[in-house]
Amino acid sequence: MSARLLVNVLRRPETVAACGSTEWNGLVAAARAERLLATLAHRLERADVPRGVRAVMADAVIDAQREQRIALWEADRAREALHPLGIPVILLKGAAYVAAGLKAGEGRMIGDLDILVPRDRLEEAEALLLAEGWEWVKSDPYDSAYYRRWMHELPPLIHRERDRMIDVHHTILPLTARVTPDAPALIANSVEIAIGLRVLSPEDRVCHALAHMLADGDLTGGLRNLWDIRCLLADVRDNAALEKRALLHGLAPHLARARRLAEYLFADGNTPLTLPDRLYVRRLLSRDTWGRERHPITRFAFYIRSHLLRMPPGLLLRHLWTKWRKGHRPS
Amino acid sequence: MKHSFGVAIGPASFRIGSAWADPIRWLKTLYSDYPQPDDGVADFTVLLEPAGALRRWWRPSIGLGGDYRLPDAAPLALRHGLLAAEMGMNIQMALGWRRHLLIHASSVEKDGRALLLTGESGSGKSTLAAQLGERGWRFMGDEFALIDLESGSAWPFPRLVSLKNAAIRALRAEVTDPERFGPTLRETPKGDIAHLVPPRQAVSRMRDSATPALLLFPRFGFPDDLRPVPEGEVFIRLTQASTNYVALGEAAFEALHRLVTTVPAVAMDYRSGEEAIATIESLWAEQA
Repeated sequence: MSARLLVNVLRRPETVAACGSTEWNGLVAAARAERLLATLAHRLERADVPRGVRAVMADAVIDAQREQRIALWEADRAREALHPLGIPVILLKGAAYVAAGLKAGEGRMIGDLDILVPRDRLEEAEALLLAEGWEWVKSDPYDSAYYRRWMHELPPLIHRERDRMIDVHHTILPLTARVTPDAPALIANSVEIAIGLRVLSPEDRVCHALAHMLADGDLTGGLRNLWDIRCLLADVRDNAALEKRALLHGLAPHLARARRLAEYLFADGNTPLTLPDRLYVRRLLSRDTWGRERHPITRFAFYIRSHLLRMPPGLLLRHLWTKWRKGHRPS
Repeated sequence: MKHSFGVAIGPASFRIGSAWADPIRWLKTLYSDYPQPDDGVADFTVLLEPAGALRRWWRPSIGLGGDYRLPDAAPLALRHGLLAAEMGMNIQMALGWRRHLLIHASSVEKDGRALLLTGESGSGKSTLAAQLGERGWRFMGDEFALIDLESGSAWPFPRLVSLKNAAIRALRAEVTDPERFGPTLRETPKGDIAHLVPPRQAVSRMRDSATPALLLFPRFGFPDDLRPVPEGEVFIRLTQASTNYVALGEAAFEALHRLVTTVPAVAMDYRSGEEAIATIESLWAEQA
């Protein structure tokens, strides 16, 4: 299985020396599919890599650099647009890692720009962005109403000229989720990286990454999330502070699991795992040598779980029924 | 994957995995003179997989996958498997290639100098390049011209020529060796399609670049006309004809700017292929 190989090589770059052409093909396909190819390229800078693979990795690095450049520009544009609010823009996820020059930003692919604003300023932020050229992506009134009532962010906005999406968050998990992180505390502890731009504190960055990976979503792209967490954990100086912070946000069990998974996959590999942990590992390592996702039953289970995490069963049934009638089917 | 095939085409290489034997058998036959990927490692993976749970056996149809995919690509019938593989390779190049500026153009070479033909689907660029390739020019490719970001040279990407409808007849009249034709695929989404193996020389010299010398915008089905195209218009048309201009950023701007300011561009309307070829030969003689 190539995802296993990918994890081993990220952990110990020198082990690629043993790869033959079959392994290299599988490694590239899995890394590309997990959006970790440019990250892998950075890890393998000094390793013995065939010429052809070097070229493939150089392409991935170009792509990551472009995405990072665009993300920083979008962050700048958002700061400009939201200037009248009189509060700094707090960057989240990839854009934050790159803007703050963190290890987690090395080779990080970035899709949308994610920012955090206080909930009581959300309406003003929305109006300012709309005035500056962003528009709604989803025209469906049900989707829009759903976002506004239940989600942790505005419905996604896209800039009409630059064609880039922005997700404006007011907290880091949906309001329907069982865990309710303390959004005002996230904002209060954020740190300035440039005039008008902030990122979450090192501890809160870990909390957000693990909330995103383990308390939300179906673990698609989970390996990249876990790599983020591994890098972000290394930036935390005071472990006790992190534990306290995770407890405050209701994410203590998630932190424990993320640590076990990160240690098991990206450190010594001897970490004792619980039985559910093993299912997570199975899900995370599902890519085969052709870059395809295997284990359909495990994946489906995590898909169901992602919905149960986000909503109480009654609301979930109503939501799925509405979506089904609109023709939506799980892929 | 149960069946697989590797091939290098120009500077790019592919690994194609298929759930069925048939498309791979055709690829192996038609690409038999092409080299394998360097060190056995391919730039891109293409997957030909059943488009649904039962689609391996029952009304078999191909879902096109791989490193890069078009989100709304319709499945293809298994009997169009060769077309699916070719489309799969094109999608990888169009969306993933970063080592050259990629222009949707056919190209041929003579004396180290390249003629690029670019235009919409149906402009005849593919057919003209294939015909020139049989008449003393070196065929470089019918889909993508690869412009070197540093030197400005054009690099070949001579995959199988994809002949559509009337072009199949035109090339059958020209190419005597029936072994060079793939099966005629009837009623594909683009009409009838047959693949043609490029001339031997196109394959053996697929890693030789050429200096762009003339840029042609052919348009089939209009009264004969020739007119120079101003630089600004060429630039805009080529940004639209490039699939990676935006992704490459400044490097692409520099390469395209150099191409546009150093290579003359002519728009050519034509009604008959033979007359178009005569026009191209005389334009070329004027340039030389």
